[in-house]
Amino acid sequence: MDIKADTKKKYPDLAPMLNKKGNNQSGIRKWLYKQGPSLILLAPFTILFFLFTILPIIAAIVLSFTYFNMGSAPTFVGFDNYIRMFFDDQVFWIAMKNTAIFAIITGPISYMLSFFVAWLINEFPRWLRTILTMVFYLPSLAGNVYFVWTYIFSGDSVGFLNSILIKLSFIQDPIQWLTDTKYMMAVVIVVILWLSMGTGFLSFVAGLQSLKKDQFEAAAIDGIPNRFAELWYITLPQMGPQLLFGAVMQISVSFAIGYECMNLTGFPSTDYATQTLVLHILDFGGVRFEMGYACAVAVVLFALMLVMWTLINKLLSKWL
Amino acid sequence: MAKKNKAPQFVESTKKFSRSKSGTAVIFIFLTLIGMFMVLPLLYVVVTAFKPLSEILAYPPKFFVRHPTLDNFVDLIEITQETWIPFERSLLNSLSLSAIGTVAYILIASMAAYPLAKNNAKYVKGLYQVVVLAILFRPEVTRTPLYILMSGLGLINTFWSLLLPAISGSFGVFLMRQFMMTIPNELIEASRIDGCSEMRIFWGMIMPLVKPAWLTLAIFTFKDLWNTGETQYIYEESMKTLTAVMQSISAAGIARAGAGAAVALIMMIPPIIVFIISQSSVIETMANTGIKD
Repeated sequence: MDIKADTKKKYPDLAPMLNKKGNNQSGIRKWLYKQGPSLILLAPFTILFFLFTILPIIAAIVLSFTYFNMGSAPTFVGFDNYIRMFFDDQVFWIAMKNTAIFAIITGPISYMLSFFVAWLINEFPRWLRTILTMVFYLPSLAGNVYFVWTYIFSGDSVGFLNSILIKLSFIQDPIQWLTDTKYMMAVVIVVILWLSMGTGFLSFVAGLQSLKKDQFEAAAIDGIPNRFAELWYITLPQMGPQLLFGAVMQISVSFAIGYECMNLTGFPSTDYATQTLVLHILDFGGVRFEMGYACAVAVVLFALMLVMWTLINKLLSKWL
Repeated sequence: MAKKNKAPQFVESTKKFSRSKSGTAVIFIFLTLIGMFMVLPLLYVVVTAFKPLSEILAYPPKFFVRHPTLDNFVDLIEITQETWIPFERSLLNSLSLSAIGTVAYILIASMAAYPLAKNNAKYVKGLYQVVVLAILFRPEVTRTPLYILMSGLGLINTFWSLLLPAISGSFGVFLMRQFMMTIPNELIEASRIDGCSEMRIFWGMIMPLVKPAWLTLAIFTFKDLWNTGETQYIYEESMKTLTAVMQSISAAGIARAGAGAAVALIMMIPPIIVFIISQSSVIETMANTGIKD
């Protein structure tokens, strides 16, 4: 078959030489020579990536089984943190509920809205599409500027929304949008929706523009009834990879919501009404220094994200 | 249906067949409403930044400014001087962090992206899988373990604690890798036959070809770093970034709304300008972001 086996057959006295370890070693050297440039190019990122992205995840899993306050060495406590979290920590369940709202309700709405808007503006002439893309992406681009909503939802009567509502006599007294537990989550959801057209949206806009024209023309000739049929039968099946990318971005954003709540409604918020898992981690990790417990909450968060990711993969698999 | 019977050879006319006029009108109204929802708060920042205090506290408040003034910007510089740190200091912190971080991450990410795109070795494929999965985990969710790690490495309250997490994410690597996938292998093969080393191919040929991708990555990285204000990692006032200052001002409520709007305006201008300049590169790059195996 190969030269090595052939040589062995023809010259039996050379066989021990061919079987020698030395040959293997030169194989490694050959591999290193071939892969050298790749290894050098990969090294800086891989080191940083494992140190500051992967290692924290592994460290969280390990530390979640310990009691650790940064002052003394961690002590092993088994599943105590998890038991406490699930059975004794009511705020954890508020955080769970809010994170679930962002992940299961707000997240998919943002995701679908991003795609829907991208799809609608796709037919406009180039200049208009460019302007509209810019307009819808602006809130995400402006970053932390979302705190302007604290002025709009300000609780006194000069707050923008309150004063309008009072003037139109919808309400008599100003509403405490940012501290009344009845309204706090609603306010945060509005702001999150405002921020919803992010990287995924740009990816949809770009992806829709690079679709093949011939299928649309064929469908038009065959008499496709309306634009929604066109969307379902022609556009979506071609958009699978973009949709999956958008889903990754959406999951990563939705589960990471917390700082928005903190900057809008304070930390801790009234009755923990806008507590999310990220804030719960920050509460124990950054304020109380119960690192073991904070890490246990983080592990639950990671697990939820992976479950969500697997589900989305399954859901989108028919278009991939 | 009448339209359908008209000769199908006129593809141009049949193309509009699935588009009803009323549908288009609904779309316009829908997009206008969402567009207003997106833009009005930002417009509110712009006009508030130029409002005198009397107009900010006026009842009922007016959306637009009557007597524009630069008082808020002067006020911003004065109150930061008194309460926290000089404004120009935090501006400089933010600018240098964003600039250094952006350049460093573009270099690191594109270096890693080249083998990830064009090397078929098994270990590279494995690393790619991890890279894609890791996009899920933003620094916000790994923050506490990261904090433990940082303090173990003695990086708390240093410039590095803000820089390192920002340049070790996998999103940029993914972005660059997807774009490099579009470069034909024949082009690289040809350079190899001409005797170019891999490094020469990477710096001399690949990097100029993927310019739209690294421009796009520059925008995203700059935007993220410009908005970092991890106050947990930095406790010394003189090292705080513009975002930290902005948070302090916004926490002071409506009395500081003018200065708050002024700093918000200053914060949103750089990313917007950079985006406008390079938006066609962004769209070109984002067209390749689809995830397929």
